Amino acid sequence: MTDTLQSRPRRERPRGRTRAVPIPLLVPALIGLAFLLLPLIALLVRAPWSSLPEQLTSAEVWEALRLSLVCATAATALSLVVGVPLAWLLARTRFPGRGFVRALVTLPLVLPPVVGGVALLLAFGRNGVIGQWLDAWFGITLPFTTTGVILAETFVAMPFLVISVEGTLRAADPRYEEAATTLGASRFTAFRRVTLPLIAPGVAAGAVLAWARALGEFGATITFAGNFPGRTQTMPLAVYLALQNDPAAAIALSLVLLAVSIAVLAALRDRWLTAS
Amino acid sequence: MTRSAHWTRRMLQVAGVSTAALLTLSACSSSGPGSDQGSSSSPKLSGTVTVFAAASLEESFEALGKTFEKRHPGTRVTFNFGGSDTLAASITSGAPADVFAAASTRTMATVTDKGDAAGTPATFVRNRLEIATLPGNPDRITSLKDLAKPGLKVVLCDRTVPCGAAARQALDAGGVELTPVSYEQDVKSALTKVELQEADAAVVYRTDVRAAGDKVTGVDFPESAKAVNDYPITLLENAPNPETAKAFIALVRSAEGQKVLSGAGFLKP
Repeated sequence: MTDTLQSRPRRERPRGRTRAVPIPLLVPALIGLAFLLLPLIALLVRAPWSSLPEQLTSAEVWEALRLSLVCATAATALSLVVGVPLAWLLARTRFPGRGFVRALVTLPLVLPPVVGGVALLLAFGRNGVIGQWLDAWFGITLPFTTTGVILAETFVAMPFLVISVEGTLRAADPRYEEAATTLGASRFTAFRRVTLPLIAPGVAAGAVLAWARALGEFGATITFAGNFPGRTQTMPLAVYLALQNDPAAAIALSLVLLAVSIAVLAALRDRWLTAS
Repeated sequence: MTRSAHWTRRMLQVAGVSTAALLTLSACSSSGPGSDQGSSSSPKLSGTVTVFAAASLEESFEALGKTFEKRHPGTRVTFNFGGSDTLAASITSGAPADVFAAASTRTMATVTDKGDAAGTPATFVRNRLEIATLPGNPDRITSLKDLAKPGLKVVLCDRTVPCGAAARQALDAGGVELTPVSYEQDVKSALTKVELQEADAAVVYRTDVRAAGDKVTGVDFPESAKAVNDYPITLLENAPNPETAKAFIALVRSAEGQKVLSGAGFLKP
């Protein structure tokens, strides 16, 4: 009974407001919406629908798609393993220069990915600051390898996960953890048994974001890992190179990536599309 | 969360201000000189010329651009260097450019076929391939065949790019089977991989080896004669500034321009 009473006015009020949307807000809003949607519509309009099955069944497309999915998933896993603890450190501990560390963590968000790729080469390249020791001691070289692709994608995607998880951690009540520790749990057990289940939705959302970012990664990948079909040529690289001599193939590949993006959005819909 | 949101907002503000500043700057540079000299009827050159040029032309065209600006005060030459196929693709999809200088006739043909070139492109230089190796050539590469040595990391240009097509042609001519570690998107990125010592060798243009100075060592190979690239240059159909663009093309093709280009290692057309 109380339920219907509460929900009715809530439903009616927005309807009254829609009529009174001020033109100075409505017009730019519609332009903005059209600007975001038109390129995607153009992609669908110009898609080579008749030759699409043939384009999408070519071995090269599947090779690139497989590599993209494998690398993005591996990069997300790597981000989870080190990113969640990093987010915990930033949200739950106090140490001097924490704000600075957080700014550094988010740097790859604003850094052009190509710059990230160059930085990775200078660090992990065969002749890099760390890479030269990897090569000398273990015989490991990372550029031009699938592992290199995973590292490049992790570098670009992990900040998304860290930011998302840190935000969730800050919103979560620390008293649950404290209660667990006063009851005798170690801080790690409290994290594992109390905090982690509490922030699981935030971790999942962050992981999906990171995965999507890794899947679309171009600049750092081509700079650090190069471009070789089946080994380092992911979907975005294939799209870019196909656009130059075979636009139809590029559009077909783009459609696949678009479909994947829509799937990611669908996975996130509970969080973004209805939670507001 | 709120702090990071605040931080993001500040970043966006900074970005917004700098974008606005950039826009103002570019507006000044493109309209300023034009409006000053628009009234005088003399064919004095003005405004900005946008040149899309193959990555291998970077050093020589930068130099020629400076010469041009000095000789015609009030003009500006801006360059977009990249893989010829990328440039051709952006021109055919409407990128605003005055001049296109490609590294192969095939990439130029994609522009002329679409009717985007004004007139017939003229070949202004030719370029040969060379092997770029690490400084001092520690792997003792002396021929194209040596590139197929196991364990050697070789990068080539992607075959959609002129340098990649030429390399493929030379490899075929020499009967060399070669699996590179990467197909790079333009000749400069192939060269960079050797400069950073990530790759042991790359097949690039002679001019790139020369431009890299002592960061790489060049190795000539006879098969390169089978894959010489012609570089065509043309005025574009929708050039925003055709008069100044024509003058720039004239400079490139003049004896003076040819001297700069041959100094960089290009061959005469």
